Amino acid sequence: MPIRVGLACVAAYLVAAVLAAAVGGRRVAPVLIYGAMTAVSAVGLGSALFALVTGDLKTQLALPLGLPLSGGSVRIDALSAFFLLVVNLGGVAASVYGLGYGRHERSPLRVLPYIPAYLAGMNLVLMADDAFTFLVAWEFMSLASWALVLADHRREENARAAYIYIVMASAGTLCLLLTFGLLAGPDGGYAFAAMRETVEPPLIAGLVFLLALAGAGSKAGLAPLHIWLPLAHPAAPSHVSALMSGVMTKVAIYGFIRIVFDLVNAPASWMSLIVVALGGITAVLGVLYALLQQDIKRLLAYSTVENVGIVFVGLGLALAFRAHDMSVPAALALTAALLHVLNHSFFKSLLFFGAGAVVHASGERDMERLGGLIHRMPHTAVVFLIGCAAISALPPLNGFVSEWMTFQAILVGPQLPHWGLKLIVPAVGALLALATAFAAACFVKLFGMIFLGRARTPAARTAHDADGFSLAAMYGLAALCFLSGIVPGILIDVLAPVAQTLVGARVPEQSGVAWLSVVPIAASRSSYNGLVIFSFLICSGVLTAMVIHRYATRATRRSAFWDCGYPDPSLATQYSGSSFVMPIRRVFGTALFDIRETVDMPPPGARRPARFSLKIFDPAWRFAYGPATRAVWTIAGKLNRLQFLTIRRYLTLVFAALIVLLIVVAAWR
Amino acid sequence: MTSLQFDIAHLLAGGMLVLSLLLLYQDRILATLNVFALQAIVLSLAVAWQAYVQGAMHLMVTAVIALVVKGFVIPGALNRIVYRLGIHREIEQVIGAGPTMLTGLGLIALSILLVMPVKVGVTALAREDLAFALAVILLGLLMMITRRNAVTQIVGFMSLENGLILAATGAKGMPLVVEISVAFSILIAFSVFGIFVFRIRERFDTVDLGALDRFRRERSTLQ
Repeated sequence: MPIRVGLACVAAYLVAAVLAAAVGGRRVAPVLIYGAMTAVSAVGLGSALFALVTGDLKTQLALPLGLPLSGGSVRIDALSAFFLLVVNLGGVAASVYGLGYGRHERSPLRVLPYIPAYLAGMNLVLMADDAFTFLVAWEFMSLASWALVLADHRREENARAAYIYIVMASAGTLCLLLTFGLLAGPDGGYAFAAMRETVEPPLIAGLVFLLALAGAGSKAGLAPLHIWLPLAHPAAPSHVSALMSGVMTKVAIYGFIRIVFDLVNAPASWMSLIVVALGGITAVLGVLYALLQQDIKRLLAYSTVENVGIVFVGLGLALAFRAHDMSVPAALALTAALLHVLNHSFFKSLLFFGAGAVVHASGERDMERLGGLIHRMPHTAVVFLIGCAAISALPPLNGFVSEWMTFQAILVGPQLPHWGLKLIVPAVGALLALATAFAAACFVKLFGMIFLGRARTPAARTAHDADGFSLAAMYGLAALCFLSGIVPGILIDVLAPVAQTLVGARVPEQSGVAWLSVVPIAASRSSYNGLVIFSFLICSGVLTAMVIHRYATRATRRSAFWDCGYPDPSLATQYSGSSFVMPIRRVFGTALFDIRETVDMPPPGARRPARFSLKIFDPAWRFAYGPATRAVWTIAGKLNRLQFLTIRRYLTLVFAALIVLLIVVAAWR
Repeated sequence: MTSLQFDIAHLLAGGMLVLSLLLLYQDRILATLNVFALQAIVLSLAVAWQAYVQGAMHLMVTAVIALVVKGFVIPGALNRIVYRLGIHREIEQVIGAGPTMLTGLGLIALSILLVMPVKVGVTALAREDLAFALAVILLGLLMMITRRNAVTQIVGFMSLENGLILAATGAKGMPLVVEISVAFSILIAFSVFGIFVFRIRERFDTVDLGALDRFRRERSTLQ
């Protein structure tokens, strides 16, 4: 049943896309399209939830389209049902948000048709049961999101972001194409069922793993393939940014899980080693980048890179445990990763929505030009604060639960027999702890710069709160962040069939545990109770407030700002974001990012202001992409001469190629 | 199959190969055309012999087509073209005869090396035929790239095609329709070539393909 509903949803999205292209210019179009999208994604969400809870799964359906021999087919199993849940939840939230936010769109025809198409692509990727359908849907998703990145095409940086994105997306799809080619083998078994049954030799399995890691990892934002992500995600309209960061990276993670956990039959220790190490590096690099950003949306995009790193650490641990037949820890690591996928989609969508509201209200994306918005946008400030606390992994919110579970899995790591993993897993644990602390600093900075202090520009001073629909979407997500932090046991139980199918075990059932506690391994080892922490926070907070109000004064006093002893009343002299992160930047960033700080002091007596400038170099650009780009240009320049050969030389080339091939054939035997 | 039948087939295919080598170093245009006509006649004999040996009378049709079209019509037409273009006294060769012949010998060795080890499901006759045919094809290609004149390039192409027909008839059970369609496509290719040669001539006052390259280089530097 869910599979038919899912297909109907895809069809409905496509109809909505066509409809949007037809009526996009009208005034009613945003309401119509976003309303339709809300309904469709709600249906999709319901059917995914139904499939996951009731276990009405494993239904396969042949498509009338597809490759001649294998045909196309779709299927929903526990894994795809879970990811369908993530996608359609993001779809509902973005559509509701779009009902308000989308009305301000200046050129709706550039946005409206592509969002339903984009959701259709993502839904179909998750349901695909053969390589052909998967790749077509994957590419459809990439192209639709590319069009959305180009929505505001007049800004030069957006055009560049879209260019880099399309190059990286094509390269990623090429990797996946090769992956499936290798998996299908010489017989061309492109159906996933056929791939599951063949056992690949270790060399092929290794190649498949590396290609899948590159293909899906580049889409997810795994370092060093993340470079397109912080450019492309902020370029799109904010609700699309939320979809790209909160949902599309998850579809990429789904692709990785599907190939590496499901289709490849021989997990090896070295694979998990790579995934765990890359995940740890990605998490720290991503959050360090995020700390250095001034652009709100770019900061959020870099933070996505960090969270993808955390998810990959969980996945790598699951691979490692599975390779050594420790299925219960494997289930724990996988469940932690999947839970983080869900949680990240909640709070990252929420934060992007908040950022969109701020950007719309003030016209500024640079947080150094905002400030004091808590007075102008109180509702947005509250939900944004919840999002910031959740992503900083503060209990009792949801970010804490999944990261805590990842750490529980890491703590089992030393029991692994493989010496490399034994060494690297604790190291990655330390990296992850570092990343979590940085994330907290990063979001303190984000929230403080935007909402606290005084408005730094007139634009920030005249900002207004978001409209009802946008606020409804944000409050809904904030409530989800809260709920999933208080009762994570339900979610862990819902994820049990996923872990059961992929690693052959499950985390102990949580629904019987008293007082909504979470006990991932054994009660004697560790447990977490969000409700207790929440009640403690409430009680202590209320108590403190009461004590203060009882024994101190009740009156609200207003006085002049303390100006740090400087007589300059300019608002720009407030504490700035870059000064906030200066210590971390100097300690961790100088060597890593080759940061150059220069202070241009005017000579004594001159009246011009001193200038402070900061240059940050991305090591990925410098050491990976720069040389690669130069090599491509050099080779292209050399090959360009092939365009201007004489006819005889062309014939000679053909002839020489033929002879070489014949010689190869002769020598082969 | 008696050894006499085998020897005669061998002789005819070998004759084609010798004529291919002859084509390769022949630098006078009219002589080239005559050698080509001779090769086509030997081809038709080889095909007819195959028809007799295999008892496949439809191959006779192929033999007749080869004899009439490639032995007389095409060489005659090329002759006329050459006279009308006034290039019947021209001598042309890009690479010297020595290196070309050495390369040709190398190609023959390569094709023998390639085909001879094939033993499964092939008769010795078909195998040797195939080796000869492959050698003729490679020599035709070699001729195409060592010539500058459009007409001799056409001859190279046609001799390559002779090799194809030899290979096709050596294999038992090739349907007639395939051979006839190949013959027609050759005719069409020939007429297209003829038209192009005259067009080139009209435009550049020569059939030396170097002129085309010079023209292209001017275009590319303009861009």
